[in-house]
Amino acid sequence: MPAGTLYRGREGMWSWVAHRVTGVLIFFFLFAHVLDTALVRVSPEAYNSTIATYKTWPVNLMEYGLTAAILFHALNGLRVIAVDFWAKGPKYQRQMLWTVVTVWVVLMAGAFYPILQETLRNWFG
Amino acid sequence: MAIETTGSVSGVELTNAAPTDPSAFLIEPPRARTKRTGRKSRTNFEMLAWLFMRLSGVVLVFLVLGHLIIQLVLDGGVTKISFAFVAGRWASPFWQGWDLLMLWLAMLHGANGMRTVINDYAERDTTRFWLKVLLVTATVFTVLLGTLVIFTFDPNIS
Repeated sequence: MPAGTLYRGREGMWSWVAHRVTGVLIFFFLFAHVLDTALVRVSPEAYNSTIATYKTWPVNLMEYGLTAAILFHALNGLRVIAVDFWAKGPKYQRQMLWTVVTVWVVLMAGAFYPILQETLRNWFG
Repeated sequence: MAIETTGSVSGVELTNAAPTDPSAFLIEPPRARTKRTGRKSRTNFEMLAWLFMRLSGVVLVFLVLGHLIIQLVLDGGVTKISFAFVAGRWASPFWQGWDLLMLWLAMLHGANGMRTVINDYAERDTTRFWLKVLLVTATVFTVLLGTLVIFTFDPNIS
């Protein structure tokens, strides 16, 4: 069996993959979001009944997921800018990725209750 | 101390392997113009697109995270959002401008990212072409629709 023929990547490659996947996800959500907001030009009832689906628990969980995708894309995007424009960026790209991951975990923990409060209250009273 | 190797002339040929075809090592300069290079590509479009991704990205970090905090985190999260909530926010030109800038930058940033993804994964010329036609159509439609909605919003509708 040939060893070492498959490049499995390191932090740089996997952050690139995650950046791409989150970017595509956010872009598709953006289409849906502009369309649902456009319903304010139809009637308050049309808008409110569509927004009601955003308040159901499955979509509420997806909002937390969307926040996770956006936060990673934003933080890692700042890292990409640092790699491109900061002279020492390429040297510290790995440390910057773990900084991104740490900040992401802290912010996601902080966003857990505020974003999911309605669902949590319904489930656990 | 020098180690003797197989017959070499001034240390160039160190092994007795068969001579390799020198053209195998020829790598064309990336900017070399070939027969397939279009005449219209002598602009800095790709560099400007690259720069736009970074500039719009920095602005979007503030616009989108601010938007998320207002819409999903503060005051009960998503449950407070309603027609009345939108009307209250768009009564202010500041938030109208915020949302308009966010719409344009996010759509153009996302569309250019999708263009990169299409270029990377769609290998056939016709597939790439039609995917980009679809992308541009959807992007123009969404940007214009969103702009129209922000500028023509009527809090007293129906």
